[in-house]
Amino acid sequence: MKHVKLAIIGGGPAGLAAAAAAKKQGVNDILIIERDERLGGILNQCIHAGFGLHTFGQELSGPEYAQRFIDQVQEMEIPCLLNTMVLDLSDERVLTVTSREEGLQQIKADAVILAMGCRERPRGALNIPGTRPAGIWSAGTAQRLVNMEGMMPGREVVILGSGDIGLIMARRMTMEGARVKAVAEVMPYSGGLKRNIVQCLDDFDIPLLLSTTVVQIHGGKKLEGVTLAQVDAQRRPIAGTEQYIPCDTLLLSVGLLPENELSAAAGVALSPITGGPVVGEDLATSIEGVFACGNVLHVHDLVDFVSQEAALAGEAAARYLTAGKPQGDVISLLAEGGVRYTVPQHIRRGADTVTVRFRVGQPYRDAAVCLYADGKLLRRIPKRVLAPGEMERVTLRIADLPEDCRTIRFCIEEGETK
Amino acid sequence: MSERQLICIGCPLGCMLTATLENGVVTAVTGNTCRRGDEYARKECTAPERTVTGTVRVTGGTAPVVSVRTSSPIPKEKVMELARLMGQLQVQAPVRPGDVLAAGVLGTESDLLATCGVAVK
Repeated sequence: MKHVKLAIIGGGPAGLAAAAAAKKQGVNDILIIERDERLGGILNQCIHAGFGLHTFGQELSGPEYAQRFIDQVQEMEIPCLLNTMVLDLSDERVLTVTSREEGLQQIKADAVILAMGCRERPRGALNIPGTRPAGIWSAGTAQRLVNMEGMMPGREVVILGSGDIGLIMARRMTMEGARVKAVAEVMPYSGGLKRNIVQCLDDFDIPLLLSTTVVQIHGGKKLEGVTLAQVDAQRRPIAGTEQYIPCDTLLLSVGLLPENELSAAAGVALSPITGGPVVGEDLATSIEGVFACGNVLHVHDLVDFVSQEAALAGEAAARYLTAGKPQGDVISLLAEGGVRYTVPQHIRRGADTVTVRFRVGQPYRDAAVCLYADGKLLRRIPKRVLAPGEMERVTLRIADLPEDCRTIRFCIEEGETK
Repeated sequence: MSERQLICIGCPLGCMLTATLENGVVTAVTGNTCRRGDEYARKECTAPERTVTGTVRVTGGTAPVVSVRTSSPIPKEKVMELARLMGQLQVQAPVRPGDVLAAGVLGTESDLLATCGVAVK
């Protein structure tokens, strides 16, 4: 059986940054496995600008951002298998992979970094009533068609869901000559970044209909229109608010799901909230020697943070390969009262500083992120605005924690004092 | 004196800005967390600009289109005109990242740059 020190599953932003970081820490025998014909992952179709401000101090397009990391990996001469699909990962870190050139083969790795990214939630997960005509696409599929294949899915467009890809595609389709009639969002707030509402919808006078969803799809072979309706607080359609909008295209931007089939098959413990592995501060999963980073761990808004997180995973894997599993008492991070989840989910005493990323479950104004160590207030961070679409982070110094502390609870508190 | 509420598009943080205007001139900006926010608010209230991205058709290449962007932001009111121009342009492979596909577009100082490469088929 072929053997490598470190196998990285996925050659997108997470896999590339993890590989470069591991190499810098002295890991020599690394293999990146990518199913597409090129490296870069989803960045290749994200041709809009706005990437890299934190990492490079410049606003790059997706392909430009990817290229910086591809160049690094190539200069470091890190081997990559392209057009190669990982079919299985065992709990002993044996990868079963297949490609047209090599056929089926097995690779044993001393450490594995999961960097498979995420996929879009499909129509089937939404239970929209109506027929199943052509013309209904996930926003990311439309993005690939327009930006890489040079094809337009349609001319009269309704977008369901206000995730960032949907917002970006509202602008993109408009600039390609389509008419985007509305973006409907079932929640009373958008799931996308505020800047994208401004520059993708407001700039082009595209209406964002909040608390609104598609209740009927019309058309036989080809989509003819959709019926929109407002929804109540329980997200049930309100009778009498229906409106019919003729369209030939419906784009779905209704959430991203970390792609963890391989992790689950290997027996990696997954969080029901993030859909990604449960990890410690070194991004180690429940299986020894298996690490996770990027959108397979939890869905990010910013690729810059994916790269940072992935570098951490690369360094942790390098440490594991030389020093083995780190020791130290475990402190659990609890997400409660408005905080949906934290990544990592637990940290070890013995670490130095840890960046904890989290999301809130609803929008807040003039609230505070509060951290309690075993019930005692540790820190209170006032925030003007908190939104589910914008990932938050807090950096903890382990030395600042009470000595016998076993849990740190993250929650949101509203009002001035509490 | 009037006030205008803005959301900064300078980076994904999306700071909520308040610009104070006197006789059409921005006299103060609050709510920004960096220099870019201040600059954005002043520009947005007087002469708004956008960096534009899109694709241009490629003939004889391994891909049918190449992704492009403007080398600097252009006036916001010219965005759709540039979109139509990009739709009419056609270039011959090979294209290398950074290639200037159109110089000084629509009378601006901004060039249209390729942001990825397309090899000859």
